[in-house]
Amino acid sequence: MSVVTIERKVLQKNDELAQQNRSLFAQNGVFVINLVSSPGSGKTSLLERTLDHLNGKINVAVVEGDVQTDLDAQRVAKFGVPVVQIVTNGACHLEAKLVQDAIANIDLKGVELLVIENVGNLVCPAGYDLGEAMKVVIASTTEGDDKPLKYPAMFRNASVLIINKIDLVPYVNCNLEVLKKNAFQINPNLTVFETSCTIPTGVGTGIVEWSNWLLNKTRNS
Amino acid sequence: MHELSIAESIVDIVRENLAANGSGAVKSVRVRVGELAGVVPDSLDFCFIAITNGTPLEGAKLEIEKTNIVAHCQDCGVDSKVEGLVFQCPVCTSTNIQVVSGNELQVVEIEIDDEKIIDH
Repeated sequence: MSVVTIERKVLQKNDELAQQNRSLFAQNGVFVINLVSSPGSGKTSLLERTLDHLNGKINVAVVEGDVQTDLDAQRVAKFGVPVVQIVTNGACHLEAKLVQDAIANIDLKGVELLVIENVGNLVCPAGYDLGEAMKVVIASTTEGDDKPLKYPAMFRNASVLIINKIDLVPYVNCNLEVLKKNAFQINPNLTVFETSCTIPTGVGTGIVEWSNWLLNKTRNS
Repeated sequence: MHELSIAESIVDIVRENLAANGSGAVKSVRVRVGELAGVVPDSLDFCFIAITNGTPLEGAKLEIEKTNIVAHCQDCGVDSKVEGLVFQCPVCTSTNIQVVSGNELQVVEIEIDDEKIIDH
């Protein structure tokens, strides 16, 4: 019987590819966010409202990740930004290799902000670095206020928490203060925005504050 | 359910190491899984058995070593176990802490039965 010591990270290959992506983004001066949440929390709606607000201010490109269909890419394309759809065919998260292949289809020169919309899932995407500058997690009020405690890795790894669908608070069992308290217990460094995507202009819905924050982050990166 | 792709990555790493270490049968594969790694040990074991079935790795046992979440306090300098997912230093109550353990997802070692030769 012999023992072979390995001591290697299981996701080392992914991490290496993510690092390659990160270098490519740095070379081209692209600020990259990885948008994560459970399905139906409003990632694409938030992205639409954000693109609306950032239109004409900075050059944005989008990578969409879904298990099936290019429905999200079609929605985003209406805003006139370059968009590439990744269909994972069943896989529950994006990996660095998929993103690497996707961005080969985008001319990164001139792109200032790249938004990667991950597959809707609060578990698996937490472990996969894509080369992004930060993860932005969305928790919608219809999911209740205990999600940060149930999915700690995702909230711990994120830099920003967007609480979406705040217009529905009167109708759902979700206490915003409890949700924020739970999130800060897992990650005290989270920057929090409260949004609703139902009003196209975004005025008074937190979209303006979030978009301006993202704009400044992108410009100062 | 990304345990399947995690199991595939584990098998790839094991195979890469076998080529350099003779052709004995793999008796066990020890992996380290942190509490914050987002991996369900039972699912990982199930997937590992499923994908090694009918391969030279069939019968190899996946031994999962779980690690707790440990954080280093940047203010008082003490390392403490994070209990009940409260990310706060239990000594000085600072939230300025850095997780130093609990995110692990590693292949630690493999045990090979040198007397049972298998064509990998």
